[in-house]
Amino acid sequence: MQTTVGTNTLTLVQAVTDGMRTMLREKQEVLVMGEDVGKNGGVFRATDGLQAEFGEDRVIDTPLSEAGFTGAAIGMAINGFLPIVEIQFLGFVYPAYEQIMTHASRIRARTMGHYSVPMVIRAPYGAGVRAPEIHSDSVEALFTHMPGIKVVCPSSPYDAKGLLIASIEDPDPVLFMEPMRNYRSSREEVPEDKYTVEIGKGKLLTEGEDVTVIAWGAMVPVAEKAVKQMEEKGVNCDLIDLRTLYPLDQDIIAESVQKTGRTVIVQEAHATSGVANDVISVINDTSFLYQKAPIERVTGFDTPVPFFAYEDHYLPTPERVIKSIEKVVSF
Amino acid sequence: MEEQFPMIQWIDEKGSLVQDLDQELITEDVIRNMYRNMVRIRTFDRKAISLQRQGRIGTYAPFEGQEAAQVGSAMCLRNTDWLFPTYRDHGATMTFGHSLKTILTYWNGRNEGCVPPEGLHIFPPSVPIATHLPHAAGAAYAEKRKGTDNIAVAYFGDGATSEGDFHEGLNVASVLKSPVVFFNQNNNYAISVPIHKQMNSKTIAQKSVSYDIPGVRVDGNDIIAVYTEMNRAIERARSGEGPTLIEAVTWRYGAHTTADDPTKYREQRESEDRRASKDPVARLELYMKQAGLWDEEWVTGIKEEVAQEIDQAIEEMESLPPADVNVIFDYVFESPTWTIEKQKKDYVALMERGDQ
Repeated sequence: MQTTVGTNTLTLVQAVTDGMRTMLREKQEVLVMGEDVGKNGGVFRATDGLQAEFGEDRVIDTPLSEAGFTGAAIGMAINGFLPIVEIQFLGFVYPAYEQIMTHASRIRARTMGHYSVPMVIRAPYGAGVRAPEIHSDSVEALFTHMPGIKVVCPSSPYDAKGLLIASIEDPDPVLFMEPMRNYRSSREEVPEDKYTVEIGKGKLLTEGEDVTVIAWGAMVPVAEKAVKQMEEKGVNCDLIDLRTLYPLDQDIIAESVQKTGRTVIVQEAHATSGVANDVISVINDTSFLYQKAPIERVTGFDTPVPFFAYEDHYLPTPERVIKSIEKVVSF
Repeated sequence: MEEQFPMIQWIDEKGSLVQDLDQELITEDVIRNMYRNMVRIRTFDRKAISLQRQGRIGTYAPFEGQEAAQVGSAMCLRNTDWLFPTYRDHGATMTFGHSLKTILTYWNGRNEGCVPPEGLHIFPPSVPIATHLPHAAGAAYAEKRKGTDNIAVAYFGDGATSEGDFHEGLNVASVLKSPVVFFNQNNNYAISVPIHKQMNSKTIAQKSVSYDIPGVRVDGNDIIAVYTEMNRAIERARSGEGPTLIEAVTWRYGAHTTADDPTKYREQRESEDRRASKDPVARLELYMKQAGLWDEEWVTGIKEEVAQEIDQAIEEMESLPPADVNVIFDYVFESPTWTIEKQKKDYVALMERGDQ
């Protein structure tokens, strides 16, 4: 963390804009591209004002063509540019999945480092904003399972700007997941200047001796509420915001669970093959003998993310997290 | 549509000119170079099939029959341009300057086969169909943004035009006015599926209309036609006029790859007939004889030269040190993640103990 002269009070989505603006100013090679990112400033206004400041050649309104513009961004990235691609909603990434799986994430390995794709794919994700169907997917596991791409998911304005700048500067492709539920839900002091938050490092939000609660993205505020309520009941929790989903911060996980021996993981996505399972693997590999209770997962279901009339049933709630904390405590 | 996109030809099947040559473009040296390159890649192709049969390389995708399309187009490129091939376009990449040893190394299942010679922009062969067309559009746009007049060419087959990425690539290139040539080799078959089952469109060139870019249909076995039209498309791209779609109508004589048997899905007599009447190498030979450019001694000389060059490449490929396990771990990211580092360490330790 660097000290800076000025700060602004920003929402998460404003911090994302600020991060892009900082890098567009610093490096001519940085480009922003995607659907409606120009004049409209993006459907969530994440690119608001960028085209006016940097021009149509650097903030590019693309055709409605996820595979086409993601593929074109790969071509630009292997030829000296640093594209930031906006996928309007993570649930719309699937046409581009082939480009990311077979090319963006693999070209460095295929060519033994001769070509690389320093590209950021930004995507709002998650349920809870009463969006139309398909707009609410949280499919990070489709990308953490993909070799050759990092997956980042901030939950706060400060981390959003710092991690976005780190992602743009990363020499490899990064999927940058933005929890749309957190876009405007809180504000935070964000330095005006450039700074980075290291990819691959989680953050300890609260400290406690009894239980480790692990969450990321939109589930961080949910877990926070549960942790606060448990504190009133005399149960103190370590709350870890993972911030990066690949590669996981195994040190922060191991250190905490070796202390508490009891773990609850909160994941918005479907349960099976989710990142929570990878967290359990880390605990298994590093801290098996420290465990005092079976690890609890609070997750979405193995169903499609439902239409919004049902989304409150699907989404983990503080109440469900509290039940799981109580379960590991009383085991 | 066939009237709107007539098949452009310069030399007919008897080797006679049907249009006047552009003498400045098609010099005697260019013609000799065309012939030499076609002989070179055909010799390589046959040798590679034989290496596969002997188990000295893996599955191989042959291109015999498509020499005029690949040589004629690749000869038009400058060495600062970008080439995005498929797995059947190493005739084009070796004409552009790719190393024969590296191409053989690719077919021998090693990553070294994806690394182009220093200074040449050759992307590794695209295996998923048509996915490299957007890359070419993007790499070409990057050249435009840098202020150069370098261009990109993407090679692909008839089946690729059914893929979404073909249409997205052409559309993005058209909108961005990318300096790119989409060079289609219509060899009439996508593995076993004939073109009439692939599309109802009468031509591939007509697909350019949707994107409001020039579309050209050439006799892909007539190297003069390919070379002339490719040069025109490249000139348009270099001068800021954006992309062109070229359809080069051709035929592959053999299998899709050495892993399939074409007699199962088509009458191979058609391949024999086409070889007898339309062969691209034979056609240029007929023309060169009519034009007084044929010299038996020279031909014998180049055949010996290319055979030696190919033998040398095989020797170099076969004398590479054994495949190194580090290659699979060391290039996934610029710096390996802890998971990869740990997996590598554990595996290497296991190998060293000899009980893997």
